[in-house]
Amino acid sequence: MSAPETAAPPRILVVEDDAPIRRFLRIALGSAGFATLEAERGRTGIELAATAAPDCVVLDLGLPDMDGKAVIAAIRAWSRVPILVLSVRDAEAEKIAALDAGADDYVTKPFATGELLARLRALMRGRLDRTREPAVQAIGPLTVNFASRTVTLDGREVKLTRKEYDVLALLARHPGRLIAHRQFLTTVWGAAHAEDTHYLRIAIGHIRDKLGDDAADPRFIITEPGVGYRLVEG
Amino acid sequence: MVGSIEERPAPEAFLEEARTEARGRGSPGRLKIFLGASPGVGKTYAMIEEARTRQRAGVDVVVALVETHGRAETAALLGSLEQMPRRPVAYRGQWLSELDLDALLARHPQLALIDELAHSNAPGSRHPKRWQDVLEVLEAGIDVTTTLNIQHIESLNDIVARITGVRVHETVPDQVLQRADDIELIDLPPEELIKRLKEGKVYVSQQIGQALENFFGKGNLTALRELALRTAASRVDAEMLAYMQANAVKGPWPTEERLLVCINEAPVAKSLVRAGKRMAERARIPWIVVTVLTPRHETLPAGARAATMEALRLAETLGAETVTLHAESDAAAEILRYARSRNASRLVIGRPRAGGGFWWKIAGLLREPVADRLLDAARDFEVTVVTAQAKPAAQAWHAGLDLRPAWRGYAAALAAIAAATLLAWPIGAWEAVPGGAISAIYLTAVLVVGARHGLGASLVATLLGSAAYNFFYTAPYYTLAMSHPEDVVSILVFLVGAVFTGTLAGRLKAQVESMRATQRRTETLYDFARKIASANNTDDVLWAAAFHIAATLDCRSLILMPNAEGGLDQVQGHPSIEELDARAEGAARWAFERNAPAGAGTATLPTSDWLFVPLATGDRPLGVIGVRFADPGRSLDPETRRLLLAVEDQVAVVVERARLAEELADARVSAEGERLRAALLNSVSHDLRTPLVTVIGAVSALAEDDGELAAADRRDLATTALDEARRLDRYVQNLLGMTRLGHGALRLRRAPVELREIVGRVRADLARTLAGHRVAVTIPRDMPMLDVDPVLIGQALTNVVENAAKYAPLGSTITIAAAASGGQARIEVSDEGPGIPEGERERVFDLFHRAAQGDARPAGTGLGLAIVRGLVEAHGGTASAEAGPNGRGAAIVLTLPLAAPSLSEEP
Repeated sequence: MSAPETAAPPRILVVEDDAPIRRFLRIALGSAGFATLEAERGRTGIELAATAAPDCVVLDLGLPDMDGKAVIAAIRAWSRVPILVLSVRDAEAEKIAALDAGADDYVTKPFATGELLARLRALMRGRLDRTREPAVQAIGPLTVNFASRTVTLDGREVKLTRKEYDVLALLARHPGRLIAHRQFLTTVWGAAHAEDTHYLRIAIGHIRDKLGDDAADPRFIITEPGVGYRLVEG
Repeated sequence: MVGSIEERPAPEAFLEEARTEARGRGSPGRLKIFLGASPGVGKTYAMIEEARTRQRAGVDVVVALVETHGRAETAALLGSLEQMPRRPVAYRGQWLSELDLDALLARHPQLALIDELAHSNAPGSRHPKRWQDVLEVLEAGIDVTTTLNIQHIESLNDIVARITGVRVHETVPDQVLQRADDIELIDLPPEELIKRLKEGKVYVSQQIGQALENFFGKGNLTALRELALRTAASRVDAEMLAYMQANAVKGPWPTEERLLVCINEAPVAKSLVRAGKRMAERARIPWIVVTVLTPRHETLPAGARAATMEALRLAETLGAETVTLHAESDAAAEILRYARSRNASRLVIGRPRAGGGFWWKIAGLLREPVADRLLDAARDFEVTVVTAQAKPAAQAWHAGLDLRPAWRGYAAALAAIAAATLLAWPIGAWEAVPGGAISAIYLTAVLVVGARHGLGASLVATLLGSAAYNFFYTAPYYTLAMSHPEDVVSILVFLVGAVFTGTLAGRLKAQVESMRATQRRTETLYDFARKIASANNTDDVLWAAAFHIAATLDCRSLILMPNAEGGLDQVQGHPSIEELDARAEGAARWAFERNAPAGAGTATLPTSDWLFVPLATGDRPLGVIGVRFADPGRSLDPETRRLLLAVEDQVAVVVERARLAEELADARVSAEGERLRAALLNSVSHDLRTPLVTVIGAVSALAEDDGELAAADRRDLATTALDEARRLDRYVQNLLGMTRLGHGALRLRRAPVELREIVGRVRADLARTLAGHRVAVTIPRDMPMLDVDPVLIGQALTNVVENAAKYAPLGSTITIAAAASGGQARIEVSDEGPGIPEGERERVFDLFHRAAQGDARPAGTGLGLAIVRGLVEAHGGTASAEAGPNGRGAAIVLTLPLAAPSLSEEP
């Protein structure tokens, strides 16, 4: 749980109207080596995102002055800063709308601090490591070689179709990060198929079969019901 | 009444149809009739024998009522059958025994034997006639066998009377005979019957007894026997016909032809109806009995109108369709138009009154009788003219001319002629005036009398006038003798002129009166429709209906509706709700349960003063309408029925409308409940979870800590978690409090308590919440103590202050001020926040008020202020929202009761 070995600690903007939550996030994030910026309202959140250039934004969707999705859209207008959304359970439509608006991941309230930190790290890694994309990604016994477009499990090659490989590769490039249905579909199948989630479901089913993965007890691919998938972290 | 009969079915037909449908439920019992030509042929014996056979076959047979008339053979035969006790009825000092209908219905056998279908029940029984009892038994699903003699059949009543010279008054409608599933003819050759009679084996009723020799003559018996055989045979014919029709056997069916019987108030009407029945039956075609109401009808005496209605009712009993037409003047044309519209090619009419009398002849000069005009115009019809058999002397009243209300008209005639004479006297003395001027004065008098008092009075005035003219103005003067021939001529001319003038004036009066009556009816109907349209609840509608019925029918009216216990309550009445006797109540109940008219003028409980008709549109009555006519002779005539039908429809529609509105309101209430539940769910999911986010987050950070957290941070996390856990506890407390308030389960533990103490407790509870605000407390030192439950008011005040902290910006001041005035404490909590818009100030106390704003709001259950109000009101105080001091921010004001001074002084 040590902070990255950089000169300045990464700064995280917390946009949340509930004071006790801000308070505990400040303590928890501070202990994990992050610096926190706090905003109580959506408007101040957008201003801070623009002026303070945080490394990541933690955003509560239920804000008194404006809609959380509007905040995402406003930030996305000029910035690609990773945005982690805090939302209540059972609001899949809300989550999808937030992801569609440009959020990168979400955590359901209430959440354990460890989970939040893990998500934040996954998001930050993608951002921090963007410059040097690895040629090979290893998750336990699973290896994805982006250069040769091959996948091996326990050293044996797994035969995948092109679409299946593309799906798995997309997951493997961002281990631990949520990839939304729409993102899969537009990246792998093209924008025309953005709504055809059954393509994705079938492809994921085949990949799981070939990797010997079980949806009920996942080793590699975790389902976020109604939202998307994420690959476990190595 | 200008002709739309072709397109529009008669409302009565609808009514009848609906009622038949309603009645058709369940499976009614089978009726078997043992038919005989005369007493003594052995019907009862045959009936019992058959019952024994069926009993041996395992049928549950009960002898409900059988007259043995002391015959041993019959009594012996009865021995093995179960006999029901009879119902004793006291009547004029005698004890009569009647069929115990209720006991029979309760016993509910498969088959009941009920002798002598034509029997009349003792007065005060439920039905006047036994055949009505039998119909009720059948309706209850019990089979009935019964006996009947041919002379008791309604349509044969006239013929039998003509054959035997004895008219029996106990008759059974032909419809009952048609209703029978089986008719068995018990035939005995006349010789044998006469032999049995001589042996004393035949019981003879009193009526026939008086004419014994006559009745049991061989010729009569043969004729009666033939009649009985023919009746049975025609019955077989009808069955064959029904079978052929049901099985679509092709045959030369007559087209849908009909027989039309035209009646009016003349005494011959009933004979016309009976003749029509026979003709229709023989021709096997449907028949219609029609009467035409003209303006003249309005001027008829009540007796004449009642006679028409009686004939119409008889026709109904005999199975005819009855129709009342309206015509302005030409009744014959109206009848023919209707006949054509119904494809009735045969007409039955009565012979016009030949030699009717002096008045009739005079009137006849002006008006051709309807019958004559019918005969003239009905060239393409087959017309049968029926003459009355006997002249029933008792019913002799002057049908055509209304000479009543006599004495007032006659007095007016006398006065008018006297006045004319007085006026003419000085003029007559003046030599220059011609005699014509004098007769003109008398004519004027006749005209005035005719216009004001009708035809009869004008004719009297005519006679008086001519006598006076003769007496005073023709030589020799002051005698009724006349010496000059020209005087005779002028008297005759005066007479003719006066008759015409008087008649015209009289008819004008009749027409004006008829128009007035029509206008009155139209006005009340319009009035009714208007009232109904504007009535917005059932009560108003029922009142309007009761008023309308009473006003239009000149009666007292009632509307009864079923209550929760299934009884009938008088819900409206005009002029008022009435005391109903047991008979009227029974009739009302019967009308409601059977969905058929009952009471005065009907077949059920006719001795009741009230007539009840069901208030129904479909098969289920909503209630009953009761009417009690001012004129006791009046009953359910077509006019009344039409009116009641119109009222029924309107009322039923509105009652239905009211019922729908109630259902809608129920639905709205349940939607409201649904909304509240959704708000509660939303509140629980969002607001209760908010503190949990901090609790779980902070505690999980502590749990996952590997020693990297600083000691201060650890403590900080722990206290944060603790604070939030307390906040959660307050929410839960509020939820519980709301539930208790809602169920009235809140118990107050009042005690004198200082407001300062409560405020102190609140501030301690909310220490962290209030950390970002300044709190100013201004409570006078001499503030009396409150008489409240300190815990509950503490909770209320906590909610108010927490609410203020939630909305007021950080760093602003929250003021808690209090003052005592008028025995009450006024506590005001104000902030410097955005304030509450004026329109919202009441609604902030609604449950889940803020739930409507969705997720984007400060945390809180939306219960806070609702609970504040609930708790404060439980103490007898009030809670309201106002603008803050100087119009800035919001202020929540609570008033609470102060403790009595003596209590306050105690330590």
